[in-house]
Parts: sequence; C-alpha cells; structure tokens
Amino acid sequence: MQSPDLAGLFVSTPSAARRDRPRALARAALTAVALAFLGVVVVLPVLAVFAKALEDGVFAYLRAVVEADALAAMRLTLWIALLVVPANTVFGLAAGWAIGKFEFRGKTLLTSLIEVPFAVSPVISGLIFVLAVGPRSVLGGRLLESGIRVIFAWPGMALATAFVTFGYVARQVITLMETTGRDKEEAALVLGASGWQTFWRVSLPSIRWGLLYGVILCNARAMGEFGGVSVVSGHVRGMTNTLPLYVETLYDDYRFSASFAVASLLVFLAVVTLIAKVLVERKIKVP
Amino acid sequence: MAYSHRAIPGFRLSLGFTLFYLSALVLIPLALLVAKSQSGGFSAFWRAVTTPRALASLKFTLFVSFVAAAINVVFGSILAWVLARIPFPGRRFVDALVDLPLALPTAVAGIALTALYADRGWIGSLLAPLGIHVAFRWTGVVIALVFVGLPFLVRTVQPVIAELDPAVEEAAATLGASPIQTFAFVILPTIFPALRAGFAAAFARALGEYGSVVFIAGNMPMKTEISALLIMTKLDQFDYVGAASLGVVMLATSLLVLLLVHASRTASERRRAVA
Repeated sequence: MQSPDLAGLFVSTPSAARRDRPRALARAALTAVALAFLGVVVVLPVLAVFAKALEDGVFAYLRAVVEADALAAMRLTLWIALLVVPANTVFGLAAGWAIGKFEFRGKTLLTSLIEVPFAVSPVISGLIFVLAVGPRSVLGGRLLESGIRVIFAWPGMALATAFVTFGYVARQVITLMETTGRDKEEAALVLGASGWQTFWRVSLPSIRWGLLYGVILCNARAMGEFGGVSVVSGHVRGMTNTLPLYVETLYDDYRFSASFAVASLLVFLAVVTLIAKVLVERKIKVP
Repeated sequence: MAYSHRAIPGFRLSLGFTLFYLSALVLIPLALLVAKSQSGGFSAFWRAVTTPRALASLKFTLFVSFVAAAINVVFGSILAWVLARIPFPGRRFVDALVDLPLALPTAVAGIALTALYADRGWIGSLLAPLGIHVAFRWTGVVIALVFVGLPFLVRTVQPVIAELDPAVEEAAATLGASPIQTFAFVILPTIFPALRAGFAAAFARALGEYGSVVFIAGNMPMKTEISALLIMTKLDQFDYVGAASLGVVMLATSLLVLLLVHASRTASERRRAVA
C-alpha cells in the first residue's frame, strides 16, 4: 500500500501535479476510443447511405426519389402515420389522465401492460394481426366477405404500426401528469371551469413539451417501422409499400443506388427527429 | 356538487377509453397469439418449437444478442463515461448522435451495414485480405445488434455516471488507490446496477430485432437464421400454429428478461432506501 497522501485533499502538491499528466492522457485515450466506436458503429453507416445513393450521380438519385412507386410509398407512409400518431396521442392523453390524476386498484398493472409492446418483437406485432384479422381468421373472413381487406392492405399495416408505437406518447404523458399533480386542476374547477376547460387550458399547456416529445418519437417510429408492417403488407409495389418496405424491394431487385437514395430520405427523417428531440429536451429542462 | 365524489372529473371516460384501446390493440391480439399456439394442443406447440431448425434459430438469436449486448456494455460504458465526464468540443453533437439508432429505420441500418461490411465495402475490403468476413456471417449479425442496442446501454449508464461524485474517486486516489483499483472498488460497484439494466435492455431489444439483421445475416437455416425470420418463413408457408408457437417463446423470453431487470431494480432501490 502506498503512503496516504492526505495533503492532496487540501492543496495541490507536487505529487498531485505528477498524477495529472497520465490522467490527461487516459482521458484523451478514453475519448478517442469512445469516438472511434461511435464513428464506426453509427456515423459510417449513415455516410455509406449517402455515398451509395449518389454512386450513379445526382440525376439518378433524383430520379429514384421521384419515381411513381417512390411517391406512392411516401404517400402510404404519411397516411399510416396520420392515422396512427393521433390515435396513440389520444390514447396517451387518456391513459395519462387516468393514471396520473387518480388512484385506483390495478394502477401499477395497467402501467406495466402499457409498456408491454416495447418488449415485443416487430415481427410478432405483425403476426398477431395476421392471426386476429387475417383472411383465415373468423373476423377477417367476415370482413373479407363484406369487401374489407385488412391484412395485406393499409388497415393491417396501420394496426401493426399502432401496436409498435403504442406506448411512446403514453409513457411521456403518464410521467408528466403524475409529476404535475392535481392542485392546479382542482383550483380551476373550484373557480368554475368545466372539466374540458380544465383539461384544455390547465393540464394540456403544462405538459405540452413532454407531449410533443412523445409525439415526435412516436412519429419517427411509425414512419420507419419495417418488421411489423413487412408481415402484414404483402409487398405490392405502389400499393402496400411504405418507404422502408420500398427500400427493401429495390434492394432485392439489385437496384442498389435507388434503394440507398430512398433510404437517404429516411436518414433525413431521422436527423430531423433528432434535432427536434434535442430542441424539445432543452425546453423541458428550462421551463 | 357534481364533483363531490371525485374532485377531478373524467375518470370513467379516460380509464374506459384506456382499457378499451389497450384491450383491442394489445391484450386481445396477444391472447389470440397464445391461443393459436395451443390450438393443436400442447404437443403440437412443443413439436413446433423443438424442431432442429427452430432450436437452432433460438440458440443463434440468444447467442448473437448476448455477444452484442456484452460488446455494448464495454464500449457503451466508455462512451457514457466520456459523455458524462470529459468535456470536449462537439460533445452535445456527439451526445445527440447516440440516439441515431433509435431514430433511423432498421431497414436503412441493415442495408447500410451490409454495404459497409460486404467484402467489397469500405470496412469489409480492409478485413477480407486478413481472411475476416463479416457480412452474411454471425459476426455481421452481432454488428447490426450492437448498432440497435447502443442507445439503450448509454442512456441507462450515462445518468448514473453523471451523478457520481468525483470527490469520492479523488479521495480513493489520495488514499493510494491506483486508477484500476479506484475503478474496480469504487466506480464499478456504483454503476453495476445500471450496467446490468442497460445490458438487459439491449439484450431484450436484440432478441426481437428483424430489420437491421435480415440484410446482413445471410439467413442460412441452422446457421445464421434468427427466430424472427423463421417466424416470417413459417407465415409465408401458412404454418400459422408454428409461427405462433415460436412467437410465444420469443415473447415469453423478452418479457422474462425485462421482468428480471424490474425485479433487480426494485431490490437495489430498496437496498439503497435502507442504507
């Protein structure tokens, strides 16, 4: 055991100064390892997407992203997000209100059940809807007889996407509703506000940034989901291809640079999501 | 007063809608999955999940998920440490980059990693002369899973490191501990619960991962086929009972992992509350 160097606790001694140089070196080494790892694992793949996308030139890139099938995939991606994100937002607000403002039996169980979809493989998220409303199920068979196709069409893809993104908004809203408590709401009600007025004018404004945070994450996952929609889509070009599925279709056709061109659109989506996320996080920290 | 029983209105409406939406979208479909897996009796379920191909896929999935989560424990912790402790220019940018795997669609990650690690790719062409082939091997699958698991590890460990008091380490150093001793006896015990939780989260995520893996895996039955892909194959063959059976096993595994994390977290919180 080395001699205890208690003086170093109070003043900078020569021995402390001698320790500083190796420590600075160690810090530099750690930083280098961390950045190299992040560079290889995360940054290089993103750069590779753009390099591959532009391999055949800018014109080929532009042609690939405005092709009719690409535009149809964009429309379907937007359509599904437009259905799923508001639905999960309404659910998140309802769950947040019930769990955050009230005490009842089974509350912990309910909170855990809302987390379950996070633990489910995307493939299973698609599989359960093939089993529930697929052409071979009782309900799906009935629907098909009346001319409604759920699986291998957009309604099934919306269901799988809603499952995959189920808890993104609820998770945020529940935490926020719990921390903001119920004092302000009670004050508003005593002063004569109706229930809805209290919700719109008191509760919602105080959780708006957290809510937005959940919506941003939900939207990114909804637009980027691959495994879940892949199971229920049937991969009909121009009909049931979302952007991520279209990337796969092009890739399987050996149209690599077109595939990476469409993939680069999804990289833009990811980058916009991250920027929005950082901005909102700053808002949450500084109220 | 209308609000005499409960001061705040809307309990029945909000809870009712929550339960309805949760049941319709999550509970009933998952119950149907379990029912389907047992529709041919338990023996049919058991046969479906113990075929050599199913067992090989389950073993392979567990193996690659474990290796990827372990790699993330080492490098993810270093990254978390650097982000929490060491100031350097562009730190906030790097911090935001850590979340990229969560925001990037998995299919994009899949084709990008395949392009990088194929024998003619930027990294693959450096490794191929050394006789190392990554794409279409198990190593490629591990790399894809490291990519998707990284944010889970960093985001679990980083806040715990940020809360560590540097004075404690300085005290250890002043009392004569070497940096390695300080790490092993002072830092590691404090961050261990977070490491375990981060490992489990990355592991659980990897178990079900599909999009980033299928492009780089090569998908050779018995060799590099993950369970999620085998479910897809069974669905394409209209083997619904087989697909559901395998799905139930995967579902049970990832729920078990997360349950263990939850239990250990509650236990360590209780210990901290006592101390």
